[in-house]
Amino acid sequence: MTGRRPGAAKENLAGWLFVAPVVVILGLFMLAPILMAMWVSLTDWNGQGSPFRAGVPFVGLDNYTRLFAEEGLARQDFMTSVRNNVYYVAIVVPAQTGLALGLALIVNGRLLRGRTFFRAAFYFPSVTSSVAISVVFLFVFANSGAVNGLLRLFGVEGPQWFADSRGILHLVLGALGVVDPDAPPAALTGGGPFGLSWWEWLSGPSVAMTTIIVLVVWTTSGTFMLMFLAALQNIPVTLEEAALLDGAGRRQVFTHVTLPLLKPTMFLVLTLGMIATWQVFDQVYVMSQGNPAKTTLTPAFLSYQTAFNGFEYGSGTAISFVLFAIIVVLTLVQRWVLRERRA
Amino acid sequence: MNPNTRRTSRAVTSIACASMLVTTACGSGFDDAPGQSAQQSGGPVTLQILIGSSGDAETNAVKQAAQTWAAASGTGATVTPAQDLTQQLGQAFAGDSPPDVFYVDAIRFADYASVGALEPYAGKISSPDDFYPTLRTAFTYNGTFYCAPKDFSTLALIVNQDLWAKAGLGDSDVPTTWEQLTSVSEKIKAAGITPLALGDTRDRVGAFMVQAGGWITSPDGKQATADSPQNLAALDYVRTLLAGKLAQYPSQLDAGWSGEAFGAGKVAMTIEGNWIKGALKADYPDVKYAAYELPAGPKGKGSLSFTTCWGIAAKSRHKEQAISFVEAMTKADQQMAFARAFGVMPSRQSARSTYTGEFPADVPFVNAVDYAQGPVNAPKMDSVLDDFDTGLQKLTSTAPKTLLERVQKNTQAALGTS
Repeated sequence: MTGRRPGAAKENLAGWLFVAPVVVILGLFMLAPILMAMWVSLTDWNGQGSPFRAGVPFVGLDNYTRLFAEEGLARQDFMTSVRNNVYYVAIVVPAQTGLALGLALIVNGRLLRGRTFFRAAFYFPSVTSSVAISVVFLFVFANSGAVNGLLRLFGVEGPQWFADSRGILHLVLGALGVVDPDAPPAALTGGGPFGLSWWEWLSGPSVAMTTIIVLVVWTTSGTFMLMFLAALQNIPVTLEEAALLDGAGRRQVFTHVTLPLLKPTMFLVLTLGMIATWQVFDQVYVMSQGNPAKTTLTPAFLSYQTAFNGFEYGSGTAISFVLFAIIVVLTLVQRWVLRERRA
Repeated sequence: MNPNTRRTSRAVTSIACASMLVTTACGSGFDDAPGQSAQQSGGPVTLQILIGSSGDAETNAVKQAAQTWAAASGTGATVTPAQDLTQQLGQAFAGDSPPDVFYVDAIRFADYASVGALEPYAGKISSPDDFYPTLRTAFTYNGTFYCAPKDFSTLALIVNQDLWAKAGLGDSDVPTTWEQLTSVSEKIKAAGITPLALGDTRDRVGAFMVQAGGWITSPDGKQATADSPQNLAALDYVRTLLAGKLAQYPSQLDAGWSGEAFGAGKVAMTIEGNWIKGALKADYPDVKYAAYELPAGPKGKGSLSFTTCWGIAAKSRHKEQAISFVEAMTKADQQMAFARAFGVMPSRQSARSTYTGEFPADVPFVNAVDYAQGPVNAPKMDSVLDDFDTGLQKLTSTAPKTLLERVQKNTQAALGTS
């Protein structure tokens, strides 16, 4: 391209100059800190002075291998946090996507009265500060709070939400009589990958974690509803009418016309949802600090705790880089699953 | 000037602005950290003091004391209450600009001392031997006494006198041994009252370990001693209390901590520190209670002590002034003033009789300092102890031996690598 036309080089330079402020800002505030953090994750820096001084011990990949290969508390905590987060993502992402789509369909319905009101009402939780909502939920789910009060009306004695570390899956299996949660089968407790037994891996989210799950589903579905709504309103009515004329029922129109047209938005919502859920921090920091019994510990919070409370900044940053890798890999997998297929 | 060059020059200006913005933003980011003041060279010195305050009463008392000192010494002093002391200190240390003076909790002390963040100044304070020995041990790392204890708290047995009478018990029934604790608890339970609220962490259950003659680490903090018959005896005993519903964790009692369950009249006894006085006065002023020394175990009396010291940053540029400030803050008179303002116990033995004279109800707390065990004094133990707490929460469903073996293994790993 260069040299084809006089002045192109000059324009190129001008272009670079125009984007330079952004490049400088992004470089300084994103790229440089990331590179610096990457360096920290390879050292045993103890948080005193600059990590770039001589004398900061370089430990190579030790901080990473400790998370995966070495038996110890570091690996156990990290794997516990990963387990918690896997269950969290597995429930929150489908739930919030489904709820958001449902809300969008309702609000998009031509027959609904007061659409603007509902649109605002559904979107409201998304614009409120997550810390404020977390504090409200602390009261709602307190032992003598609204939720347990409501359950009591139906004669159900609600659990002590934030103190209950029992896994939901354990409880369900126990209720079905498959296993006894107080005396799990030796085959499951005997061993398992990465220092946690199979029994621990299969705990499901704890009762305490479900409160955070409910909170997040409720707060984020509004935002995603808005995205689905925008996409729904972009679908030409003629397409749906044509399908109806061809003899399709309402359900068929939805599954064969509406849903396929929503696919790009679906990918966006799923990806954004997954990234946000893997990074959950505010709610854990405000509501539970990883308690009870480490069942609300997530990698993002563990990274913070390791670095700032334990002075193990290397380990803490290593955790955040592993988290980054998890998110990138899962996003790529999602992209591959939802790719355009030619029939 | 043709339009093209004008555009270019404007772009250049905007870059210059942007980079200026960036650099100033950077600069202010680092300046935010307390401890750096512009007038360090030449002008009057101002000490930056970061405190982890328990509330307004403490903040105001410390601010007032600092002002008095500043007026007398001619050195400025700015007291800042921290929102999150650990995090703010961590950032300040990493940014090479720590506050001159700050609170150091004994639980975190070894972490700070081991990385060289603290100035070992305690020897320069007048009569350092006047501080209680257990508090000095709590702030000693590798044989050096680092920082002057600010004040301290200990655990004692708190008894609800109304419920006590309701269960048909008198003053002579207050348990002084584990056996008596069990039998008294059974009587209270028979009267339909939950006997004991016990916090589900090492900071409460640990007292039983001390009474049995055990602890998590050796006195010098170099060896793991969790997996011992003494600790096993302690956890077995606590487990029988829990299993027989003679003791319950606060979460089982619908309470955030034992003091809340006690104040609400759900339990006849609890094991808490002297901070419970302030909490009860504020939230449950009608509860009639008294404090007694904890029942003795197989090895005798035992309690836990909690303390905070005035840390001085190794990188502080005004160490002399900082030491003079701490000297003023730890004087017996000043500590008594703090005691009156926000209910802490003075760390100097010379203030003991004044304090017990003025607060006779606190004698059991003060007496406990003679046999109390301080927090684990070794670096990198934070996650290990958290893990132990997690285990204690599940004490009824886990074998104590398994629990202790796990703590032993983790402690060895933490101490070995430190």
